[in-house]
Amino acid sequence: MPTTTDTLPITSSDDVVRVRQKVRVRATEVGLSLVDQTKLITAASELARNTLDYGKGGHADIETIIAERRGVRVVFRDRGPGIPDIQEALTDGFTSGNGLGHGLGGARRLVDDFDIESTVGAGTTVAIARWKR
Amino acid sequence: MDSIPILKIGSALLVTIQVDMHDQLATRLQDDLTEKIVQHRARGVLIDISALEIVDSFIGRMLANIANVSRLLDADTVVVGMRPEVAITLVELGLGLPGVKTALNAERGLALIGGVSAAGEAADDADDD
Repeated sequence: MPTTTDTLPITSSDDVVRVRQKVRVRATEVGLSLVDQTKLITAASELARNTLDYGKGGHADIETIIAERRGVRVVFRDRGPGIPDIQEALTDGFTSGNGLGHGLGGARRLVDDFDIESTVGAGTTVAIARWKR
Repeated sequence: MDSIPILKIGSALLVTIQVDMHDQLATRLQDDLTEKIVQHRARGVLIDISALEIVDSFIGRMLANIANVSRLLDADTVVVGMRPEVAITLVELGLGLPGVKTALNAERGLALIGGVSAAGEAADDADDD
């Protein structure tokens, strides 16, 4: 049984809380350390909020991976306006909304894997993973 | 609507955040605190976050906003009880919470807010003003 996936909608502030809670359950299941759990959940919280605030809502796929490596992967998808310049968006201090601008760059530092794809007018997908050490 | 209780201890206000904060709750807390600072002429605000399993930039911004507004109203804000893993994560996230004072626990936090360490005395002093 390599993976299990949950799909959660992100259309309200309460959904951000639910995504955090589900990621915590999964991170505990695969045996991430407390610090690793905290980093992953915090990154997921930042990205879920981005999906809500900038992506006009979307959903998160939360996946437990139990193979040669054990870990949790979370994929955030929205059909929002997209990000014209991803490099710029990953820079600390950048914000297009009213946040502090730590969302993307900060979230990237908190995880092992970070992939982002964005098409202007079509939406953004961000995938993160944290692996058990 | 939900709200977070605000306790008065001497001339300080104590808030214990125990739930997963969502937007409305955070906004409500900021408003309630601002009102209570003025109402009680509070000199300090103690925010206990020992129950919080994560602090993201949303909560960080809320704490910074509360500290800024309190400062303008002549009250010091001290955030107490941050978990070690939360501190590690916040630094990596790039959120050092500038302008927010912190203390390891509520007792030290109260001591930081000058003159409130003996809560009863402080309350008596406040009456003399």
